[in-house]
Amino acid sequence: MVSEQPVHSAITIVVDGRCIDATSGMTVAAALLHAGIPSRKSVRGEPRAPLCGMGICFECAATVDGEPLRRTCQMLCRASMEVVTE
Amino acid sequence: MTTAVRVVVAGAGPAGMAAASVAAENRCRVLLLDENPAPGGQLWRGYKTNAVRKSPHAGEFARWMSRLDASGAELWAETSIVDCPAPSTLRAERGGSSRDVSWDRLIIATGARERFLPFPGWTLPGVTGAGGLQALVKSGLPIAGKRVVVAGSGPLLLAIAAGLKREGAQIEGIFEQAPWSRLIQFGAALAAHPAKLIEGAQYRRRLLGVPYKAGWWVKSALSEGRLRQVVVTNGRKQREIACDFLACGFHLVPNLQLAQLLGCRIERGYVAVNAVQETSCRNVYCVGEPTGIGGLDKALVEGEIAGLAAAGQLGKAAQFLPLRQKLRRFADRLDQAFAPRAELRNLAAAETVVCRCEDVTREDLERCAGGRAARLHTRCGMGPCQGRICGPATEFLFGWTVAGARPPLYPARVTTLAADASGAFAPPDQAAQIAGECANS
Repeated sequence: MVSEQPVHSAITIVVDGRCIDATSGMTVAAALLHAGIPSRKSVRGEPRAPLCGMGICFECAATVDGEPLRRTCQMLCRASMEVVTE
Repeated sequence: MTTAVRVVVAGAGPAGMAAASVAAENRCRVLLLDENPAPGGQLWRGYKTNAVRKSPHAGEFARWMSRLDASGAELWAETSIVDCPAPSTLRAERGGSSRDVSWDRLIIATGARERFLPFPGWTLPGVTGAGGLQALVKSGLPIAGKRVVVAGSGPLLLAIAAGLKREGAQIEGIFEQAPWSRLIQFGAALAAHPAKLIEGAQYRRRLLGVPYKAGWWVKSALSEGRLRQVVVTNGRKQREIACDFLACGFHLVPNLQLAQLLGCRIERGYVAVNAVQETSCRNVYCVGEPTGIGGLDKALVEGEIAGLAAAGQLGKAAQFLPLRQKLRRFADRLDQAFAPRAELRNLAAAETVVCRCEDVTREDLERCAGGRAARLHTRCGMGPCQGRICGPATEFLFGWTVAGARPPLYPARVTTLAADASGAFAPPDQAAQIAGECANS
């Protein structure tokens, strides 16, 4: 039921070879934005971060566990997940 | 591999949850597909996973969530619909694999997204949608202590600001582009919807001390590495506000791609439906925001109607009709009140990016004769978002309309597109032909 607060565990994900803190209830996009890490570089090389937060804009797209162009706002963080932003 | 069910519901927001629950309660085998990790859509995003405290409409979510659980409807989460490879068949992708799903009845409940309009600095990290920032916070982004400017348009701005404040954000101001004259008219029309008036008053009370300015909009956002300040204006005066986040979205636009792919008729920007939510394609229903931006109540009642109709319970569906009509009038009022004002067309400078996927600027686009030429010459709208962000912007800026959708609806693996899942591989042209046939049937 929604009145109970689910317990989330602190976990670490690896972003561009760097460990960043997250929780199990956080999406990868939220973890990246919180850490101040742009999720991608644009065609002209500008840093970009999530815009829509709901899987539409692809500004949060990154390579996750080897799979390119994953919308990180739709994925919950999992321990030892590997994210590559470029 | 193909899964065959009586009813497929595309989208597990409020409308889709209601449709799936009701159809399954009426003895249909129902499959509910959604891109997100959990049901709830945007309004109820994170309610299942994070249980945001004292969330508005939490009671309604709990009621529908337990109803969905008890109904026997099957949910595939983190699943994207990418194509319609054959009549009455959808191709879905989940994680690393794809699967075809065939249906006797399809209920489209794909919701809405924010309308984004370009202004200098809107691509900076820290500039998000208004609903965008709310979604990110519901997805675990810590916001306590951050300074946030909320701007754009729509009744959601208040709800979003109140929600962010509840999570500890410092709201520096709310800037609604619609002028007071339109808001007053809208407020008067709300007399027919007292619950909505009360809801608005509650948000306002929670935002005591936060300036709410109508007839003001964001002119630009400035950075030093990341977002530093925004400039707001009412066309005569301007003001600079330091902030960590700018949450800016201009009301909502419906997600029509799946309906368009299937060939459903679109009227005045929305999917046309009959009294039981059936579209111009036989056995294809549409509910919630794609038929008119009306919010939770309209989504739930349309979901119930379509769920009953898909289960053959047309008589029961008819009882909801008067309520639906009332809520559809409310949707029309919303569109009128929060339509973007003409001044917003002038915000983007020549060098401002309009298509974020391909970094196409306003001046690149102004050299093009129309939307088709822009796609060919600049790749505007050809990136991974497939025009979902820049499409409504170029429609507003230049009057370019997007006629239809093409598969894949989302960037998909080549193996998915070529999958022999249903026994026949349909190249895009053939799929378009199938969609055309569907439209004519």
